[in-house]
Amino acid sequence: MQEALRFLQPDAELVDPADIIEQSRLTRRGSESFGRGLPLTIRGLRKSFGDNQVLRGIDLHIPAGQFVAIVGRSGCGKSTLLRLIAGLETIDAGSIGFGAETRPQDVRVMFQEPRLLPWARVLSNVEVGLGRDRASSDAQDRAKKALAEVGLEDKRGQWPAVLSGGQKQRVALARALVSDPRVLAFDEPLGALDALTRISMQRLLERVWRDQGFTAILVTHDVAEAVALADRVLVIEDGRIAHDVKVDIPRPRRRGSADLAALEGSILRDLLRSGDEPSDL
Amino acid sequence: MSLIENVPRIRKVRLPRADGLVQWMVPLAIIVVWQAACVTGFVSSRVLPAPSDVALAGWKLLLSGELARNIWVSFWRASVGFVIGGGIGFAFGLANGLSQLSNRLTDTTLQMVRNIPHLALIPLVILWFGIDESAKLFLVALGVFFPIYLNTLHGVRTVDPQLIEMGRIYGMTDGELFRRVIFPGALPSIFVGLRFALGIMWLTLIVAETIAASSGLGYMAMQAREFMQIDVVVLSILIYALLGKLADSASRALERLTLSWHPAFQKN
Repeated sequence: MQEALRFLQPDAELVDPADIIEQSRLTRRGSESFGRGLPLTIRGLRKSFGDNQVLRGIDLHIPAGQFVAIVGRSGCGKSTLLRLIAGLETIDAGSIGFGAETRPQDVRVMFQEPRLLPWARVLSNVEVGLGRDRASSDAQDRAKKALAEVGLEDKRGQWPAVLSGGQKQRVALARALVSDPRVLAFDEPLGALDALTRISMQRLLERVWRDQGFTAILVTHDVAEAVALADRVLVIEDGRIAHDVKVDIPRPRRRGSADLAALEGSILRDLLRSGDEPSDL
Repeated sequence: MSLIENVPRIRKVRLPRADGLVQWMVPLAIIVVWQAACVTGFVSSRVLPAPSDVALAGWKLLLSGELARNIWVSFWRASVGFVIGGGIGFAFGLANGLSQLSNRLTDTTLQMVRNIPHLALIPLVILWFGIDESAKLFLVALGVFFPIYLNTLHGVRTVDPQLIEMGRIYGMTDGELFRRVIFPGALPSIFVGLRFALGIMWLTLIVAETIAASSGLGYMAMQAREFMQIDVVVLSILIYALLGKLADSASRALERLTLSWHPAFQKN
């Protein structure tokens, strides 16, 4: 049991020297605008389904390349906000803007379910992510590169049915990455994974985000995950942004460290205070 | 070289070989018992001829060319009727699965027609077409239409909407969405319809040939009844069984080929 617990938090004791160099590089880049991400500006965003007002006026600016986590109770509207950003729902009022020249493949989504085509091999599933560029001659090479990025190049000829849950989700990530998106939205992408797979997936997400510099928007119900990954945590309550918390903890962040735990605790307290009913966090 | 190493290997080799034989053991045993019952006089040859007599009758018909001609005629009717009825059923299934308008327009009518036993149309069909080929083709096509229609419709409707949403996010055109998501997703259900349709195809054809035909397996059996050739009657029935099994095996092979992605069809 103790062995297992230690395995769950390996970087509590271990820091890779390469990570320290990486960390200084990141701090130098600063938090405003780096990489190839797109900035995101939301003004007066409203959305209702029938009589149910889900979003009641969201105003938000996300600088290019920032990693933003959105947390909140279930039914608070966080997933709706993400679906609106991804263009999966129509806007009732307000606007969502992404800088000047946005191509359709610039915004990609990763869902809680991998949503792989069961009848297509892993490599063709990744090629789906190329959108209209699927027909181009380098499509296969790009798909192979994306698979290598998530460490699954040797699975390219497999059917999705034989992969584990974590592997499927990595294929879904490769599919999202293959088109070099500039905004990547995650809708609880790790919600269905076991604890160990979750942690290694969190590291993978952080690594590809650092490598590629896209703007990342992560919807999650796990506050620990939010503070471990994000530059900034938004707490949504009743369709509004109730708290906007900056996570000023240098990367790589040590899971279980005191400052992360303190921040997690204060966000959880905010969430719990907002409702009388027991929270489902 | 240990025991543990050997166990999985033995299992792997034995299972498929046994599979091929096991399924024929029961029919073979029935034939052996049947032959024994006839030879010992337990069953009168006027009630049921011995398998050897049936085989002999088959051999004679084969030599005269009558057997091959009748099988060919029936096979031709079955497949042409199947292609026509199945094709139309498939087209309606797709149209009604994909378009609300088409569904509202035609589904009620089709459901009403479906509830008429198609063999009840035989008198009408004879009046319309006489006893020539088109009568049989019409009945087979009508019988095959509904299982293919219903299962294609069901298959298209039950394609995971999350996958369709995914396809749209990744910029698939309607054509691509159909080819890469909807059709493959509907395929397992279409195969269920196909296998039902194959059964109905034989049933319809044999009934139609028995009642109104001048050639084909059903006609051959009816003719034999006229002349009290019970061995030929039994022969016809055995041929139906074999042809039915053949059609089923063919559709299964096709299923294995096209659904190799499906966990149910993956080996090991």
